[in-house]
Amino acid sequence: MDEKDLLLLQLLEENSRLTIRDMAVMAEVSPEETQARIAAMEAAGVIRSYSAVIDWERAGNGEVSAIIELKVNPERDYGYDRIAERIARFRQVRSLRLITGTYDLQITVTGKNMQEVARFVSEYIAPMDRIRETATHIIMKIYKENGRTFCEKEGTERIPYSL
Amino acid sequence: MKDFISQRAREIPPSGIRKFFDLALTMEEVISLGVGEPDFPTPWNLCEASIYSIEQGGTSYTSNRGLQSLREALSRYLHEHYHLSYDPDGEMIITTGVSEGLDIAIRAIVDPGDEVLVAEPCYVSYPPCVTLAGGIPVPVQCVEKDHFCLNPDRLMEKISGKSKALIINFPNNPTGAVMRSEDLKAMADIVCDHDLILISDEVYAELTYEGRHVASATVGDLAERTITLNGFSKAYAMTGWRIGYLCAPKDICDAALKIHQYVMLCAPVMGQVAALEGIRRGEEEKDRMIREYHVRRNLFVESLNRIGLPCHLPEGAFYAFPSVEKSGLTDYEFAERLLKEEHVAAVPGSVFGSGGEGHLRCAYAVSRKDLNEAVMRMEQFISRLS
Repeated sequence: MDEKDLLLLQLLEENSRLTIRDMAVMAEVSPEETQARIAAMEAAGVIRSYSAVIDWERAGNGEVSAIIELKVNPERDYGYDRIAERIARFRQVRSLRLITGTYDLQITVTGKNMQEVARFVSEYIAPMDRIRETATHIIMKIYKENGRTFCEKEGTERIPYSL
Repeated sequence: MKDFISQRAREIPPSGIRKFFDLALTMEEVISLGVGEPDFPTPWNLCEASIYSIEQGGTSYTSNRGLQSLREALSRYLHEHYHLSYDPDGEMIITTGVSEGLDIAIRAIVDPGDEVLVAEPCYVSYPPCVTLAGGIPVPVQCVEKDHFCLNPDRLMEKISGKSKALIINFPNNPTGAVMRSEDLKAMADIVCDHDLILISDEVYAELTYEGRHVASATVGDLAERTITLNGFSKAYAMTGWRIGYLCAPKDICDAALKIHQYVMLCAPVMGQVAALEGIRRGEEEKDRMIREYHVRRNLFVESLNRIGLPCHLPEGAFYAFPSVEKSGLTDYEFAERLLKEEHVAAVPGSVFGSGGEGHLRCAYAVSRKDLNEAVMRMEQFISRLS
């Protein structure tokens, strides 16, 4: 990883739909080299995937998301890893993190409605052997996600010319 | 009724782009490459610092020189980044933007009849500020062949017994040109030999993409005869806050301070507080913006050359300065038709003085999306011409 790699990562993180050609010009390397660098970072697992940041509320599909914090009894030799892997297998679990503080794991769960999220937690997550406690926080509104603000703000008027 | 307008005010030309400005305001969906300011908002931590300070009652005058804490922080910053040595207590004034710094610098040193050499193309206020101080602006043309750097021979040609000072601005608005160490050295020798004062507007210093900015006052013996002007507008996206600074040897600084205290008293305290936060904790956000300008520059200049608007690689600032000569139109005609026909606003190079004619100043301080759209419209425009 060098400066050019870091630049390519930053460019891709902001907009993964940039063309190889444009990225090459921006990073001042050839398109072939750009392609090769990106391929190498994909192979190394530095670039995990490409996806869009979607405002699902605006898309109007009525999905509900919740952040669920879990207190977990860690396992001898494995710590939190094996239980985390089990939880991560559920399609409904969109993100999963080990955190410091009162709780151990924090997951984000999506469902068609609140009942579905509640049912998922009570039927699948809470009953797991090593889970001692759960706290469910329904997400009411997203203001910012992955570095993007979702709330429309009125831009101040920019004058067309200034010297 | 008598005509009350002073001779000096009469002598100053009106803005060269008023007509374009008014025209653009009547149009829909104009993409403006005509704005000489960052398209980013001021980093939020700077705004927060200022808001907090207002809440704490920080709304009064500051010392004429500006906040002590800001000057001290700046002095350290300039030393660390540019090897400049300025005493925060005697050689530095926080000004209301570089514009004020320029005005008081000129008024501090120019007597009626003095000639002030101005490296052109340049920011539009230099010649009028000289005129207002009773001086005579003498343009020294920087040409494309020299990558718009100041050519020592051309400078020599314009020096006379009345020459008092030289004003330069690198990285340059409008050309994006940067003077390398060796270019500055040649200039320094001439400035010293002819006992001139150098006014160096370095407001785009942070926006240098090839190598590091070399501060004029660090070259040769220039420190003792250089007035360094800089500010927060461009690097920290703080145009509206109006915070700049003037650094100079003590005797010049004292003279400028007298003018500053009578005409401005002090720079706005809210802006000074935000600037201090910028110096202390603004580096990362500043670098992020600079990185974005850098990639936009690469993208934009490549596109201009591709669509048939030859453009040298601007090494600093956020302006591309392509030639429109191949179109057969003057820069004014080109800019006017581009605005009317494709709703793309750019500034004719002539506005910036000699050497600017036949060029267009295009600021790439707009989003990449808008830059791409602007390039597409410019390409359509050019293809219709041929």
